[in-house]
Amino acid sequence: MATPSIEPSVLRVDDDGRVTLLGGWSATSRLRHFPRSPVCPFTGADDVAPLDLPRSGTVWLHTTVQAPPPGYTGPTPYGLGVVELDGEPLLRVVTRLPAEGVARGDRVHLHGEEVPGPEGEPVLTWVFRS
Amino acid sequence: MSGVAITGVGMHPFGRFEGTTATEMGVTAVRAALAEAGIGPRDVEAAYCGTAYGGVASGHRVLSALAGTGIPIYDVEAGCASGGAALQLGAAAIAAGRHDRVLVFGIEKMPKGVIRSSFFAPWQESAGLNPAPAYFALRAQRLLAETGLTEDHLAAVVVKNRRHGVANPDAMFRKEVTAEEVRSSRRVCPPLTLFMLCSPNEGAAAVVLSRHGDGVRVAGVSLRSHLPGNVLGEESPLCGTDDTGVTPPTTLAAQDAYAQAGVGPEDLDVVECQDTDAARELLAWPELGLCEKGGQARLLADGDVVVGGRLPVNPSGGLLSKGEPLGASALGQVVELVRQLRGEAGARQVDGARIGLAHVIGRGANACVTILTR
Repeated sequence: MATPSIEPSVLRVDDDGRVTLLGGWSATSRLRHFPRSPVCPFTGADDVAPLDLPRSGTVWLHTTVQAPPPGYTGPTPYGLGVVELDGEPLLRVVTRLPAEGVARGDRVHLHGEEVPGPEGEPVLTWVFRS
Repeated sequence: MSGVAITGVGMHPFGRFEGTTATEMGVTAVRAALAEAGIGPRDVEAAYCGTAYGGVASGHRVLSALAGTGIPIYDVEAGCASGGAALQLGAAAIAAGRHDRVLVFGIEKMPKGVIRSSFFAPWQESAGLNPAPAYFALRAQRLLAETGLTEDHLAAVVVKNRRHGVANPDAMFRKEVTAEEVRSSRRVCPPLTLFMLCSPNEGAAAVVLSRHGDGVRVAGVSLRSHLPGNVLGEESPLCGTDDTGVTPPTTLAAQDAYAQAGVGPEDLDVVECQDTDAARELLAWPELGLCEKGGQARLLADGDVVVGGRLPVNPSGGLLSKGEPLGASALGQVVELVRQLRGEAGARQVDGARIGLAHVIGRGANACVTILTR
């Protein structure tokens, strides 16, 4: 039994522990978004279809978080940044990244990462790393 | 807005005041503003209280400590722009003919350290997706990557504001810092160091707005929110798209306020702008029309933005010197500009200032721009 998702509406965890970011696609907007919203967050179009997002992308921005922010009990330091997912049109996603050794333009891939959930129980969130 | 005068201002200094409640700080600021206007608490027809963390009926608690007035009292929450939103509502009530005289104040007593915000869902906190300084840092990374600005420019903003803050008795930090001290202070989230980030703190500020009266006037005030697309704004969405051509909320508010006031950025004498972090101030300059994108380096190099220069920015020392009590910070800027426009700013006085602009932006990507004239 895989560790459960930190938020099943945002991240799917398969039985083998593989994770998928749950996005949306509007045919009218011709735009992808994340997490899936009832309407396209960029245009308001209400024709959103579910979309499993690409598992690879390119680092756009990266910083390192040294001190745990409020409500976070996982390991520090950790990386936080923005990855441009593969495919068109452009979709930038906020994500955990490795704490160090990450640079703009690096190719990275989606993985699950175990952190303590709101009640301290282990849950899977997502991270992009090489 | 030409019929809205500011007839009194008051402050409780920004800082850390153990044992003093937000209500007590509000009372101090409100009493000072009422005294300057030469009126009592029963002489205002409505009150607007900006606060983000004050809790239920914050404004009522301040007014109740002064007098039971029976007037409408509105608590206004718009993140870092709460005080600006309160001012906008109060000025609009006068402009609309609803009231002749209103009280607008902001109060805050912030927890220490990184602010916990109900803006984020519990799962986002558990995932570590909620550290505000990291979002500021990512935006700073982008600014440096896209403009050729460097960490030296970030440090220069801190040096400038901290130098200005020395002359402000209401500021929390009144000691100059060197660029080297800024760069070598603790790295919070690269490229931002501790000295490049403002401190959440405590304080209060108040103004009396009146249909009648001479002196400084509210010539324009506008509150706007974000358009979709930008992943790095104060709104902190989890995704963004190509944001080329997306107008930032600061620009939306500035364009509106300039149009109301009938002035442009070239007419300004003094500016107080949001410097949550050093990069936030550099972003605000082109967003407010003070320079072209990438023109920030030149404004710094030419000394334009220091007191004594062509267009001083944050003569109060900014949030980097004063700290940021969310609900009070916007009105703190307005109090500073009123003092500047009256010629009462002492050692940090901008000579001959007649037109000033105040800018705040915060959670929800609420941006407020206020233009004052005399």
